[in-house]
Amino acid sequence: MPETAAVEKTCQTLTRQTHTLEIVSDSGEGAQKCGQIFGRVSARMGNGVWTVEIIPAEIQPPARHPTSASGNRVRIGTGQVTNWGDAADLVVAFNEQVLLQRHRLGALARGAIILLESMWENHDDPDIREAHAAALEEMSTGGYRFVMVPMEEQCLQLVDNPRKGKNMFALGMLAWIYSRDIEKIKEQIAFEFRKKRKEIYESNVTLLDAGFKWAGENLDFRVAVPSAPFDRPMVVMNGNQAVAMGAIAAGLELCSMYPITPATSASHYLSEIIEKYGGIVHQAEDEIAAAGVAIGASYAGKTAFTITSGPGLALKTELLGLAIMTELPLVVVDVQRGGPSTGLPTKVEQADLLAAVYGQTGDAPHIVLAPATIEECFTAMITARRLAEAYRGVVLVLTDANLATGVQPFPRPVLDERFCGPPLDFGPVPDGLRAYDWDAETGVSRRFIPGQPGGMHTVTGLSHDEHSRVGYTPDVHERGCLMRSRKLAVFQQTLLPPEVHGDESGDLLVVGWGSTLGAIQEAVDRARADGLRVSSLHLRFLSPLEPGLQAIFSRFRKVMTVEINYSDTVGDPHITAENRRYGQLAWLLRAATLVDVDCWTRVPGEPLRPGDIHRGILAQLAASV
Amino acid sequence: MTMTTLQACSLLGCPIDDRFLAADDYAGPLARWCPGCGDHAILASVRRLCENHQLQPEQTVFVSGIGCSSRFPHYMKTYGFHGLHGRALPLALGVKLRRPDLTVFVSTGDGDCFSIGSAHWLHTVRYNPDMVVMVFDNNVYGLTKNQTSPTSPQGYPSNTQPTGALLGPMNPLSVTLGISGASFVAQTCDWLPAHLDAVLEKAFAHRGLSFVRILQRCPEYTDKIFTEAMRNPDRVELLTHEDGVDLPQLARTYQHQTRHDPSDLHRARQLAESTDRYRLGIFYRNAAMPVYEQVRAVPARSAAERLATLELELDKYAV
Repeated sequence: MPETAAVEKTCQTLTRQTHTLEIVSDSGEGAQKCGQIFGRVSARMGNGVWTVEIIPAEIQPPARHPTSASGNRVRIGTGQVTNWGDAADLVVAFNEQVLLQRHRLGALARGAIILLESMWENHDDPDIREAHAAALEEMSTGGYRFVMVPMEEQCLQLVDNPRKGKNMFALGMLAWIYSRDIEKIKEQIAFEFRKKRKEIYESNVTLLDAGFKWAGENLDFRVAVPSAPFDRPMVVMNGNQAVAMGAIAAGLELCSMYPITPATSASHYLSEIIEKYGGIVHQAEDEIAAAGVAIGASYAGKTAFTITSGPGLALKTELLGLAIMTELPLVVVDVQRGGPSTGLPTKVEQADLLAAVYGQTGDAPHIVLAPATIEECFTAMITARRLAEAYRGVVLVLTDANLATGVQPFPRPVLDERFCGPPLDFGPVPDGLRAYDWDAETGVSRRFIPGQPGGMHTVTGLSHDEHSRVGYTPDVHERGCLMRSRKLAVFQQTLLPPEVHGDESGDLLVVGWGSTLGAIQEAVDRARADGLRVSSLHLRFLSPLEPGLQAIFSRFRKVMTVEINYSDTVGDPHITAENRRYGQLAWLLRAATLVDVDCWTRVPGEPLRPGDIHRGILAQLAASV
Repeated sequence: MTMTTLQACSLLGCPIDDRFLAADDYAGPLARWCPGCGDHAILASVRRLCENHQLQPEQTVFVSGIGCSSRFPHYMKTYGFHGLHGRALPLALGVKLRRPDLTVFVSTGDGDCFSIGSAHWLHTVRYNPDMVVMVFDNNVYGLTKNQTSPTSPQGYPSNTQPTGALLGPMNPLSVTLGISGASFVAQTCDWLPAHLDAVLEKAFAHRGLSFVRILQRCPEYTDKIFTEAMRNPDRVELLTHEDGVDLPQLARTYQHQTRHDPSDLHRARQLAESTDRYRLGIFYRNAAMPVYEQVRAVPARSAAERLATLELELDKYAV
């Protein structure tokens, strides 16, 4: 039975190295904002943080429905936190239906503390009372500790519409429970609501204080997650903000985009700030035009970029082929979501890899890279611009919904003017230089832009020679293909072999890419702590692949990728060694190394949990004994 | 379209370029269109325009899509971007957005612009960047060998609709005039060089997107469609006005003339709707329409300025 919070209380403090909390509400009740502020303030207090948004695809889906759950998971820790963990230890829920969804998804730890809005239990509507009772009955298997909180009632004493502010009351409770610095929270509220009226800030602060006070008077537990001051300047932001800032640091001045979840928040942020940097965000009429405008801009000047997600990448395919064929620099960010088709718009998947690497007609070599952390979302943009210009072509940056919305502190970037690249050269083109003066050794050539006297030529998606003259003869086409491909090989030779996390040899090597880095390493570390000979390796460059993979793989008895994409499971009906479909990185590695790389993949629409990966590792070890 | 003569400068000083460029100086490789194709006439007219305005070849960009029309940039000795089917306009918009100093022309066709690129047609007209958009409308897909286009006359037999075009043609002038933001809409034809020159001249002079539909003969597939109009002046009606195109030398041959003030949008729409004759001239012009690259103009920042501002932004996210 749910207990009511004790009035006469003795307060117990639980001290933990990491603690995972969730705040869930109906959409529009502000749980996400609450979680974001909590995460950012925790980082600013010196805790490691990783946040994940819990988000439905609609703006205002039906209230009090399990599929409408909206909110945030925040995992804080002493020291760095690299992933969202396994299950939540503490939950604030605005109604029992959204909580029920989290329970059904196995998102709540056994014995988790649940602070549940108390207004539904004895609601006037008998249907609600009945649903409430049924939900609590269903959740009784979880061994949770329920604390009923009169959030609505408390907020009504201060504001007319608790729907707009209950989140701040909840934030106040969390601030008390986790001993957060209330002044830092107020600063963060002021920042988050900087575009709103001052009264909104004031009302939010009033509710925050009320939640803090209520928790202090009514709760009998607190959670201590010791923090240590960082030894260097840090910043805290999500991956889309990091991509946007990275783009600015890289000197990218034109972002041409079309709205698509979960990429849009990067464009929103850029739209807010980029004009101060001499750049613009152009919202095109469709995904294709977004790529077209970016390519036209790159053709006429500095490298432009576009940002999209899977369905948009599919639409841009033909134009990316044009940029590759004409050797125009272009940076494309794909914030991956679940697919195929419209798929899971708000949820994470790593299923665009093969489309990103191979999704072109004809031979279209280009660079694909994938940041693994929020910090790398920033640096990847600088690298991408440099590579696009150095190798005259398309660089695809694969992030995902987990990185896009996840918040993590990282060392403050040390900016450098060289990130922006050299200014444009408008000087006359030296006599005899051709439009594609391919260096036979490297395939690299110098690009002329309109305005340069003597460089006049027409770029074309048709097969062409060094002068950019259309040519359909075998030698012209073969030479063009060779030169474009050679650039990739030359670039690959500049890369270093990836570092192995753990021992250089062993029974199992886990290979990952993208946002799963932290969860994989946590799982590997758990296995290693049990004495298992497991290591991991995380790739940042997917096309071309980083060097030395075959040699590294040869030192392990088994190699297995861990990915958030679909693969067939051996033993399932009809699945044979011949027809089994592998995870996408596994396909690439098998083809490139001829090693019998296995895979452990899932498509839950949420980040992988270290505990699940750990079980996957144990199963692989058991199977390959 | 405003003309810029930005010259490349170096530390050694700005070169003084006093060469006179004749029409032939803008000529690229020999055009590979069929003999008798109207595109040759358009090419000649555009080269004359370049000469008249002494356009700097390095400051001039021809952008195109795919189709016979879109081979155009290859035949000019300027910068050119031969793009993808339907995508000339986004590419051109990108060029203009990044480099307002460049003079931009687009050559596209009825399939390229009105069919596969129709979304970009509507929206680029609405953005109104400063460029001349020439649609070579031969009422057919020529390069892919005779398929029905959006402007093919009803009943026209093609390889995809062998019993004749199933639908009536769309009216590109009406559509363009219906787009809020349209600032210049004109129609001319390849077989009246004086008219073609005059319309392109007005299009070039206009600051904004100049949409010029050029009725163009395809000797291979749609020769018959325009032959009658070419031979029978009764099938043509000229829109004349001192603010539009007024060519006295055509007055004797072309008896059907309508005085039309290009600032009158309502009348322009009425004239575009009626299809009893080919109406040639300036349908609409509004010089006051904002130009997109100017709407989006922001002050340039040096790398140092940019990074200094970014430091302030990072401060907001500092732990």
